Amino acid sequence: MNAAPTAVYSPRSLATALAVLADRAPVTVLAGGTDLMVELRTGRTQVASVLDLWGVEELRFVRAEAGGVRIGALTTITELRRQPSLGAWPLLAACAADFAAEQIRNRATVGGSLGTASPAADLGPVLWALDAVVRLRSRDGVRDLPIPAFLLGYRRTARRADELIESVWLPGRLPTERGAFVKVGTRDAQSIAKVVVALVASRDAGSGQVTAVRAAAGSVAERTVELASLQELVGRRPDAAALLAVSRVAASRDCAPIDDVRSSAVYRRHALQRVVCDMLTSTLEVPLEDG
Amino acid sequence: MIDLRFRVNGEWRSVRVPPLARLLDVLREHLALTGTKEGCGEGECGACTVLVDGAPVNSCLVPACQVADRDVVTIEGAGHESIQEAFADCGGVQCGICTPGMILATRACLAEWTARGEPCTEAGLRRALAGNLCRCTGYGGIIAAALRAHGGAT
Repeated sequence: MNAAPTAVYSPRSLATALAVLADRAPVTVLAGGTDLMVELRTGRTQVASVLDLWGVEELRFVRAEAGGVRIGALTTITELRRQPSLGAWPLLAACAADFAAEQIRNRATVGGSLGTASPAADLGPVLWALDAVVRLRSRDGVRDLPIPAFLLGYRRTARRADELIESVWLPGRLPTERGAFVKVGTRDAQSIAKVVVALVASRDAGSGQVTAVRAAAGSVAERTVELASLQELVGRRPDAAALLAVSRVAASRDCAPIDDVRSSAVYRRHALQRVVCDMLTSTLEVPLEDG
Repeated sequence: MIDLRFRVNGEWRSVRVPPLARLLDVLREHLALTGTKEGCGEGECGACTVLVDGAPVNSCLVPACQVADRDVVTIEGAGHESIQEAFADCGGVQCGICTPGMILATRACLAEWTARGEPCTEAGLRRALAGNLCRCTGYGGIIAAALRAHGGAT
């Protein structure tokens, strides 16, 4: 490890953690360590002082709130998998099931994933598609930011230096809605996505018209991005050809992939288009056409 | 530096270490528990797996300050000789570098499934051990060993 930090604070209460942030900023925030410990070892990140949140039990909760659910920032991926009260949000479980591997799931946290803001994060697209709202808390109060206003760029968020990610709130889901989560990687476990997509869609049972679509993707731009082109499906009764067309538009307009060690820009666009088309077909239950 | 007190293999230990020292280094360098191996050092391979409060973690990613007052089990304290014997009998061990982590990850998932009354299947084991890489065996012997250990344990 490179230069050791001058101070590591390990508070046991949220109030103390917020005081450290207010008085000692800038402080690097440490949750489960699955990202920061690697960054420190490789020397990609240097830290002056560290706020270790692992002992702040107040940030470890899942509770019903305002017709939805509020998930504390220190909730681990393992807890997301096991928490029965999250059954109404099956996309979370789908994402958690193949999230890295058991050893990582036991340490990686919801708040850590959000705060790191990796463009390849699995959780980013899921929380975006589920209309999640991030709650930031400082000594001065709270700010609630929808995911699009929170994830600003490559490993960059709207969190101020004196704020902590306290929790994330997810609205309740409609019974007519269906969701899908697809990750393309070199293997199911432990791989960082080449492309990752979360999508929720619903249609009116009577008219068959699409009533809502929300989809977001990771590893195809410098941050998690919404596949906004899919909005043109709303109010329509799309057939298979329409889904093919709209997925092509999304893969062309809604992303800006790069060539890197994991994949190429060309492959990412191609995979995104195919994955989105499949996800729309299954969630909207559109029959495949012959030929 | 911090004065870290935690339980290792059932015994309370105290060491003076940098707060962000890796649990892996604390175990190996300060407590001479060299059964825990370092593979990749970045949370990919699972060779350094230990149990913290019963849950498998990569000790290369856990800072010392986060195990204060916690319960850590390494291969030296793993007990459960039926698992070790099954690994030896089924060809689940070759070079041995992944073995301590494999055995602890196996022990954790078998304990969890037994506690929940869930069946132990080959597919389940392959998922549960997906964070432990082995470059020798091709995994067949490891999965066979884990299945046999489960049969023996229940």
